[in-house]
Amino acid sequence: MTAPLLEVRNLRVEFHTRRGTLTALNDVSLTIAPGEVLGMVGESGAGKSMTGAAIIGLIEPPGRIAAGQVLLDGRRIDNLRYDQMRQVRGRQIGAIFQDPLTTLNPLYTVGRQLVETITTHLPLNPAQARKRAIEWLEMVGIPAAAQRIDSYPHEFSGGMRQRVVIALALCAEPRLIVADEPTTALDVSIQAQVIALLKRLAREKGTAMLLVTHDMGVIAETADRVAVMYAGRIAEIGPVRDIVKAPNHPYTAGLMASIPPLDRRVDKLAAIEGSMPRLSAIPPGCAYNPRCPRVFDRCVRERPDLLDAGTTRAACWLHAHG
Amino acid sequence: MLAVSFISFAMFTYVGDPVAIMLGQDFTEAQRAALVAELGLDQPFFVQFLKFIGNAVQGEFGLSYRLSRPVAELIAERAPATLELALCAAVIAMAVGVPMGVYTGLYRHSILSRFFLTFSLIGVSLPTFLIGILLILIFAVALGWLPSFGRGDVVRLGWWTTGFLTVSGLKALILPAITLGVFQLTLIMRLVRAEMMEVLRTDYIKFARARGLSNRAINFGHALKNTLVPVITIAGLQLGAIIAFAIVTETVFQWPGMGLLFIQSVGAADVPVMAAYLMLIALVFVTINLIVDLLYYAVDPRLRIGKGAH
Ligand SMILES: Nc1ncnc2c1ncn2[C@@H]1O[C@H](COP(=O)(O)OP(=O)(O)OP(=O)(O)O)[C@@H](O)[C@H]1O
Ligand code: SF4
Ligand SMILES: [Mg+2]
Repeated sequence: MTAPLLEVRNLRVEFHTRRGTLTALNDVSLTIAPGEVLGMVGESGAGKSMTGAAIIGLIEPPGRIAAGQVLLDGRRIDNLRYDQMRQVRGRQIGAIFQDPLTTLNPLYTVGRQLVETITTHLPLNPAQARKRAIEWLEMVGIPAAAQRIDSYPHEFSGGMRQRVVIALALCAEPRLIVADEPTTALDVSIQAQVIALLKRLAREKGTAMLLVTHDMGVIAETADRVAVMYAGRIAEIGPVRDIVKAPNHPYTAGLMASIPPLDRRVDKLAAIEGSMPRLSAIPPGCAYNPRCPRVFDRCVRERPDLLDAGTTRAACWLHAHG
Repeated sequence: MLAVSFISFAMFTYVGDPVAIMLGQDFTEAQRAALVAELGLDQPFFVQFLKFIGNAVQGEFGLSYRLSRPVAELIAERAPATLELALCAAVIAMAVGVPMGVYTGLYRHSILSRFFLTFSLIGVSLPTFLIGILLILIFAVALGWLPSFGRGDVVRLGWWTTGFLTVSGLKALILPAITLGVFQLTLIMRLVRAEMMEVLRTDYIKFARARGLSNRAINFGHALKNTLVPVITIAGLQLGAIIAFAIVTETVFQWPGMGLLFIQSVGAADVPVMAAYLMLIALVFVTINLIVDLLYYAVDPRLRIGKGAH
């Protein structure tokens, strides 16, 4: 295995609130190799966005990284000062947010936003940067890019705006993209196009990606490996084939069973009973134990770490050997 | 505008008895009738109203009952003083209020921010006349640095008189301009602060950070520009308010502007002057609204239609 591009080690993110400290991320570790796509799934509130925000160093107070490290090329980036981290953001790690209607500044033309990003990070003069910006708009499939560059965000449709956002995230040629539900806010009919674009550009540029999504179909098609999050922890992580076809964690298995198969019609989906606990009410032992069909006495007493489970790693006592 | 003119006129007609004031104590019934006819007061209400409007449009507001001079002339004489005062107050309010608002919005917890906020609380809660009197006590009476009343020496430029060109004129401007500006200043500061904090929470600011832009570009480019969109409206309305509120300041400082004229007219039930003043203030508000709309259009591309979306 090549040296990882990104490594997250035992990351813990806490929120200090009036009603005590909430642990939004607990002991999260993962790696992403150069050019690799790591999919991330999990229920709402599991901590997917928080993981992405921690990686780009944009966790907002009262949240803070309480423990653990984030390393890029083996260099810690979680403790950089703002102006040092600024040279990582955009240049090394790009970000794509969920809602393209709100991620673009309404008062600046898309060209201006592209040019300012390019000139911030690359040694180009404004004229060269503008040329580069037009090239990027063409690459993300904006028709008549040379004219559209001077348009304002509101003059584009939602799908086109997300293409602009993708251009903005990629235009300083980062080596990693954190894409947090990049298509959730889009029309169903254009979701596939945008994902295909993202996948193609990442492959062409050799950009690694952390792809957060609720869509297992997208994961199966796009990701190399998958991390399944549950209540602020990683429940299982491994190659996409094994996670989808032969999951080792009961939660992953439940998640997969709740996805309608494409090849046959089903009358009833096997949804997981109950819901994920709130951060303030995570049960002792395995966080999944109230909902787990295979729960046994150890699960209620002790919390499982990620354990080797064949081809994947799963936080489940069923895989404790010896 | 029409509503204001109607109210002004109704006042014109029903408040006080101008005839009695103009004639003094002793008059004959014949004298009275002659004057009533001369002023057109014997005609029916609506005829009088239409005449009033027709004259007002031509800048003709009749005679002042008190000074027996044309109202338009009186107003033109006083307007420069008020407008110069209001302009200085507005410039102070914007030039100090916006930076203070930006600063307190960006550095919410710094000591200086707390100081500014406390100051703004005082500015909002102290009545204008009290601020004026306090300033007079400190800078005019105790320290003797600045004059406490009047406009100082003015220079005549055509029909306009300006205090900007003489030292005594400028010195005389300082205290009243601060007095008049403080309230608006604190309002603008609080507004800018609230808007700034709102804007800093938006996704496009987070995305700008995620793109690695400098703090400077984010705070003073992206954030400030978005903050100013709503601030423009309020600031515009405030400018109108400054001209209207000048009444109090002008009274405290005996500033020879329209506000002082108005107050003196109220004392003498000099209705034509009062009516003309109110009409003028209404006109100022309407004009400012128009300018604000145009500015909006210039700042916010979303309002510039016709470019074809999608
Ligand atoms: N300001 C905050 N104060 C307290 N808790 C917070 C705050 N912001 C987020 N959280 C908590 O952090 C947890 C992780 O949130 P996160 O946004 O990462 O979830 P997610 O997996 O991205 O969910 P979704 O699918 O809805 O986007 C949530 O349980 C949320 O309640
Ligand atoms: S540890 Fe126990 S409760 Fe948790 S997932 Fe495994 S079997 Fe279920
Ligand atoms: Mg999320």
